[in-house]
Amino acid sequence: MKKNTLGIFGLLMGIFVVTALLNDKFISAYNMQNLIKWSSLYAVMSIGVAFVIITGGIDLSIGSVVGLVAVVLAYMMKVKGINPASAIITTICMSGLIGLVHGLLITKAKIQPFVVTLCGLLIYRSLGRWLTDNQSLGPVPLEGDKGYTNLEFINQLDFIFSGKIAIGSFNLPTPFLFLMVMGIAAALFLNRTIWGRYLFALGNNEDGARYSGINTDNMKIIAYVICSLMAGIAGLLFAFELDSVQPAQTGEFYELYAIAAAVLGGCSLRGGEGSILGVIIAAAVIRLIYNSINMLGISTHLEFGILGIVILLGVIADEFLKSYTAKRTAAKQQDL
Amino acid sequence: MITAHKPLLEVSGLCKQFPGVRALHKVSLNLQQGEVLALIGENGAGKSTLMKILAGVQPADSGTLHIDGKPANFLNVREALSAGIALIHQELNLASNLDLTTNIFLGREPSRFGFVNDKVAHSEAVKHLKRVGLDLPTNTLVGDLPIGKQQLVEIAKALSCDARVLIMDEPTSSLSQKETETLFEVVQDLRQQGISVIYITHRLSEVKVLADRVTVFRDGENAGDLSKGEINHDAMVRLMVGRALSEFYDRKTHEPGEVILKLNKVRSPAHPHTEISLQICAGEIVGIAGLVGAGRTELLETIFGVTPSLGGVIKVNGQVVRPKNPEEAIAVGMALAPEDRKLHGLILPLTVRENASLASLKRDQRKGLLNFKAEKEVANEAVDQLQIKTPHLEQVARFLSGGNQQKIVLGKWLALKPRLLMLDEPTRGIDVGAKREIYKLMEKLAGEGIAILFVSSEMEEILGMADRALVMHEGTIAGELNRSQLNEEAIMQLATGTSLAA
Repeated sequence: MKKNTLGIFGLLMGIFVVTALLNDKFISAYNMQNLIKWSSLYAVMSIGVAFVIITGGIDLSIGSVVGLVAVVLAYMMKVKGINPASAIITTICMSGLIGLVHGLLITKAKIQPFVVTLCGLLIYRSLGRWLTDNQSLGPVPLEGDKGYTNLEFINQLDFIFSGKIAIGSFNLPTPFLFLMVMGIAAALFLNRTIWGRYLFALGNNEDGARYSGINTDNMKIIAYVICSLMAGIAGLLFAFELDSVQPAQTGEFYELYAIAAAVLGGCSLRGGEGSILGVIIAAAVIRLIYNSINMLGISTHLEFGILGIVILLGVIADEFLKSYTAKRTAAKQQDL
Repeated sequence: MITAHKPLLEVSGLCKQFPGVRALHKVSLNLQQGEVLALIGENGAGKSTLMKILAGVQPADSGTLHIDGKPANFLNVREALSAGIALIHQELNLASNLDLTTNIFLGREPSRFGFVNDKVAHSEAVKHLKRVGLDLPTNTLVGDLPIGKQQLVEIAKALSCDARVLIMDEPTSSLSQKETETLFEVVQDLRQQGISVIYITHRLSEVKVLADRVTVFRDGENAGDLSKGEINHDAMVRLMVGRALSEFYDRKTHEPGEVILKLNKVRSPAHPHTEISLQICAGEIVGIAGLVGAGRTELLETIFGVTPSLGGVIKVNGQVVRPKNPEEAIAVGMALAPEDRKLHGLILPLTVRENASLASLKRDQRKGLLNFKAEKEVANEAVDQLQIKTPHLEQVARFLSGGNQQKIVLGKWLALKPRLLMLDEPTRGIDVGAKREIYKLMEKLAGEGIAILFVSSEMEEILGMADRALVMHEGTIAGELNRSQLNEEAIMQLATGTSLAA
């Protein structure tokens, strides 16, 4: 494990132990299951944005993509009565397409990632509201809901996306399995494939990577597609998790949580750095802080403030660590 | 003789260390009033570092500095300037959107009650512009002036600060023949006015014309001084390289093989209206000479697909190619070690292993997966073959010296066994030892049948290494010189656009 990943893991453990000591309800199975579930949902999005941040870019549209995917999925199934499998495939393709458009605008039209994805944030959010006339709706029928087809399959999907698997007396939320599969796939992609190496190379020095024969445009497009796809998958998970999707609210500000997790987890916004494990742990830290605030009876109005301070301190500690290691390496070099 | 006076400026025992590089070691230098001192040395000899220290841009690690016999210590440019030392940079520091007066007094405008006193500024500006022979309306925008005149404005600006020592860092590297002559006249004039000049150059012929004395640096140390009477080409070169020239550039001629690269009327985006045609054979080393800004780097980048050609035909091994990016150029056997190593050649925060293997990852992949074994072999081979001095393969490239960094770039390309190797200023910022190794490597690769095309601003490098030289001027190839025609004058005439007949 890298040093900063170890640091963030220590932070996770520290908050965990302190909260557990102060409130014995914290380690109850119910609370743990909830914590794991929400951490997994957030971590899936955060993994996606980590890819983009490693290239030196940013994606502000994640929350809106989560919302749009959830809305479109529910709309297709409830209002249009479309087969759930088709609805899922359509929404996944849609999120991939969104990433492709982002990537093309950024690499070919040379528009800044911040601008492209900020406009995306606005556009996708309003699309969802317009499509549904801002009425809430869900992928799973509630009492008295009509219009769904293939109810049995819907229930199976509900289990897959937001069910629980009993392991003894502990019920493991299924989003955790999604996180495991995607986390491992993402880590393998970044650390074991040539494309992962290319992403790190171009994130550190795009020109240098291009002069070495790397097709930097294509690699950046891939990163944006991965990011939006992960947001799309998170959108499916959220849609099944929530009883009803609110077109105006579902997913709002999630991009900020995802970016915060990526940064706290060791990604530099300058690009070229990041670890998937660190990002996953950082997403868990963010959910844990939220949970602890509730458990310890601290005013929830302080939630953002505490989160902000923790991230700031984490990043400052990371910078100190880096300049310290750099100095030591330089000193060693002098001795040679 | 001048030695009777006590020196205006005296440096002794100066040391400066950068991470992994000893830039200056116990260097000394002295300068008399009204003297033009030429400071020469190969790339990386430490000239620019010393000048930056004198001008207060960088601090020295140790050593002493005396001005008028009094000890001095500059913490910043302002302090150096108030002591009368001004540096005229290679890249000029003028604001092109402002007029002459404003540029000359930028940051220290003559003022009255907080308002700029235009009248005083104007008359002062005229006075200082006259001293450098410029008779221009003071409201001319700097951006409208040719580069040679801009340089004179910069000198006028330095004079307006009561500079007594002017440091000129390769002032003629982008000037035409005529502009160069004007500059020489100005320098002679300044000497008459009692101003001292430290003149850094790569052009030894300029030294003969201008200098009262020469100080030579080699590898961050003093290599020797030459008084006016001793200044001649061979003596300077011997001090610069530390041995006779033929020993330093160890060239054999190889029987040229088949044509590797052929350009026919190729147009680069930087110079869309000029056409370039050339060809290089296997085993040939061809140098491209010319002034800064003549389009040499742009030509290499167009061949390599960084800035794809606008027209014309590029043939590699007889096959027409049209690289749209470096990826495609590499696929047909090209490699480019770019001019800016830190920005284009390497990924500085990555390790030696990751940098050396970056270009060959694709070839060695196993269905997209990294082949760690092959990667290590590539890196190890680069380190062994090129004698890269690094503690281990996991060392971050940033911490290596310029020479070792350049070797990583070369190792990265050699792993792909290119047929055409392009080198842009291959020895810029490199110590003499590494430089010699790179020349040896070029010779060896040519012997193995690789075609080598290199760009250099160092006259000695072109004269010493090239089988033939192409001289560029304003985006086009002004002429070609084969080995028997190669000499400094011929190159300069073509490079500055003065025809051989004139």
